[in-house]
Amino acid sequence: MSETNTFILDDQEIPFTPGQSVMQAALSAGVFIPHLCYHPEFRPHGSCKLCTVKINGRPATSCTTPAAHGMEVESNTPEILDKRRTLVQMLLIEGNHFCPSCEKSGFCKLQALGYELGVMTPRFNLMYPTRPVDASHPDVLLDFNRCILCELCIRASTEVDGKFVFALSGRGIKKHLVVNAESGRLADTNFSLTDKAAQVCPVGVILPKRMGFAVPIGQRHFDDAPISAHVDEFKPVMPGPGGRS
Amino acid sequence: MPFALETASHPENLKRVAIEPVSRVEGHGKVTLLLDDDNHVQQVRLHITEFRGFEKFIEGRPYWEVPVMVQRLCGICPVSHHLAASKAMDMIVGATLTPTAEKIRRLMHYGQILQSHALHFFHLSSPDLLFGFDSDVAHRNIVGVIAAHPDIAKKGVLLRKYGQEIIRMTAGKRVHGTGSIPGGVNKSLTAEERATLQKDIYQMIAWSRDAVNLIKQLFEQHLEFYNSFGRISAHNMGLVRADGAMDLYHGGLRARRADGSTLFDHFDYSRYWDVISEDVKSWSYMKFPFFNAMGSSDTGWYRVGPLTRVTQCDFIPTPLADKERSEFMAFDNGSATGATLGYHWARMIEMLHAAEVIKDLLHDDDVCGKELMSSGKRQERGVGVIEAPRGTLIHHYRVDEHDQVIRANLIVSTTHNNQAMNEAIRVVAKQYLDGRELTEGLLNHIEVAIRCFDPCLSCATHALGKMPLEVELIGADGTAIDRMTRNMNDSCPRS
Repeated sequence: MSETNTFILDDQEIPFTPGQSVMQAALSAGVFIPHLCYHPEFRPHGSCKLCTVKINGRPATSCTTPAAHGMEVESNTPEILDKRRTLVQMLLIEGNHFCPSCEKSGFCKLQALGYELGVMTPRFNLMYPTRPVDASHPDVLLDFNRCILCELCIRASTEVDGKFVFALSGRGIKKHLVVNAESGRLADTNFSLTDKAAQVCPVGVILPKRMGFAVPIGQRHFDDAPISAHVDEFKPVMPGPGGRS
Repeated sequence: MPFALETASHPENLKRVAIEPVSRVEGHGKVTLLLDDDNHVQQVRLHITEFRGFEKFIEGRPYWEVPVMVQRLCGICPVSHHLAASKAMDMIVGATLTPTAEKIRRLMHYGQILQSHALHFFHLSSPDLLFGFDSDVAHRNIVGVIAAHPDIAKKGVLLRKYGQEIIRMTAGKRVHGTGSIPGGVNKSLTAEERATLQKDIYQMIAWSRDAVNLIKQLFEQHLEFYNSFGRISAHNMGLVRADGAMDLYHGGLRARRADGSTLFDHFDYSRYWDVISEDVKSWSYMKFPFFNAMGSSDTGWYRVGPLTRVTQCDFIPTPLADKERSEFMAFDNGSATGATLGYHWARMIEMLHAAEVIKDLLHDDDVCGKELMSSGKRQERGVGVIEAPRGTLIHHYRVDEHDQVIRANLIVSTTHNNQAMNEAIRVVAKQYLDGRELTEGLLNHIEVAIRCFDPCLSCATHALGKMPLEVELIGADGTAIDRMTRNMNDSCPRS
């Protein structure tokens, strides 16, 4: 371990390679930092704010902040965990998230983080937005009710698939995911079930049709252990300041 | 058929108080009584808040989500909705189930029958039956049963637990699992699970026989009372197997008039609307189904559930339950087969049958098979019918070419029994109403009559024998003479 390439994360010394973000270094060391818009294969986005930590006493998103020697990083503190819990609670009431009948249950990162952070109630008034389902595509269902605006599908479609199928529209609380087609329907794009964009949704928006609930309870992805125990899945797969470039 | 308490010679003189079914605390039953000038009961109505909203918000959802979503309308018999919706969606995907899929579903269903019947009999009804309808409310509950009859209470708890374990192993969870999916199931039993269930099944059969004997003894001890209490004459409907045997998972519809003559038999339920229609009344959220051949809900209403199934099938295809059925049918020249309290006896015979079916399934290697799914030619319409613990349950969906549900219609067991429950309450009110004074005895007798049907109200399930109930006495001039409410804490305030 190089003396010049470490920082302190909640009293634990974390090594890093130059160019790694705090998030990447932590995950590489087996320390989980909650996140939703971060994906090991993509450039950091810094929008969900769940990975916010305190670096030398100041809040910063760990996925976008390069690690530096001697940093003192707080992550697993009551104050920060409470703020993360609040963020998840806000996401849960902003959309229509009905875990009991959602086929992404057991695979959903938002749900898993809700359990991880101890979300016991909606806390805020449910907003019940009206977001019609797009079932026009023969192989893929879009349930916008669950979108958290992480933009992973947009990034995947743009950077990997080269198709530009998804985009955000509107501003502020009215911001929402749209399909880049004149009709606005997924069926009128060249989207395919094999696209990278069909694989990256952390919640239950982009779903392969006719596959729901095929995996029994007990064998679903997050049934065996909390999401924090799945830390190895989120380790960086590419060197550099953040995944794909 | 006319209702004895709905036929005033001068109905215009009866003041009908509009107790519209506004939002209430879920699970509250409400009974309205109307009196004439001589204080005779002229009309009795049971008001129930039902679950119709599901039919609307299912629209637009993908069809494979429905079996999981729709079961949420009930916490007691979700498996029934889970399976009825799955059967409908089997039609949508054109599937003929593999032997393993069908047997796992049957195992799940009969586990559900076992646990639900045990819950109803031991936890909810046994306090009335063991202590008497007029006994002190302080001990007329499951806690009182545990204190006075610990052996009976223990059997009830463990029977229910066993049924729930079957559900957990087949559906993934004891309540609201995901095991049944369009075209099959997502798991079968492991060898360990099968062995675990096999270990205790003979004890469950023995305890189920004890339960049948218990209700049989109660009938023998109080023959006249049990035979007459809330007794009504009703048409009947339920599923039967092709050979006329009891089959709670699948079959054709059989309907018989109150006089025993056949109205239709082995009718293909996928066209249930050819024989059943639904009426709507302003005073209840619950629909009023009736036989088309009889014209209206006033004359064509019928009942469903254990009493109907046991009496209308030709035989029960498991030996112990069939023997008990024969005894039930012959008891006192068949008097119990028309008694409203006969529901309890029939329910326990079904519980015994369920335990026997479970035993047979657990000795069938198919329950550990690996062929779980099938599919075929896609259809637009799917109808799934199952005999839920409380009676015939109908799920009907239409799905468009984009896989979205565009129409849903559910007729739940308690809905079929709507008018039958009203009629039983009328009989009880006529038998026991003591002038204008509403007594605790009347209140509880009405409750007992309702509970015979095991209605799927949360009050009949969550309240552990203390159904929140409101009874109102309306005079001929329309004024409220008396009003009494039973709260969850057993208090009965008058207002």
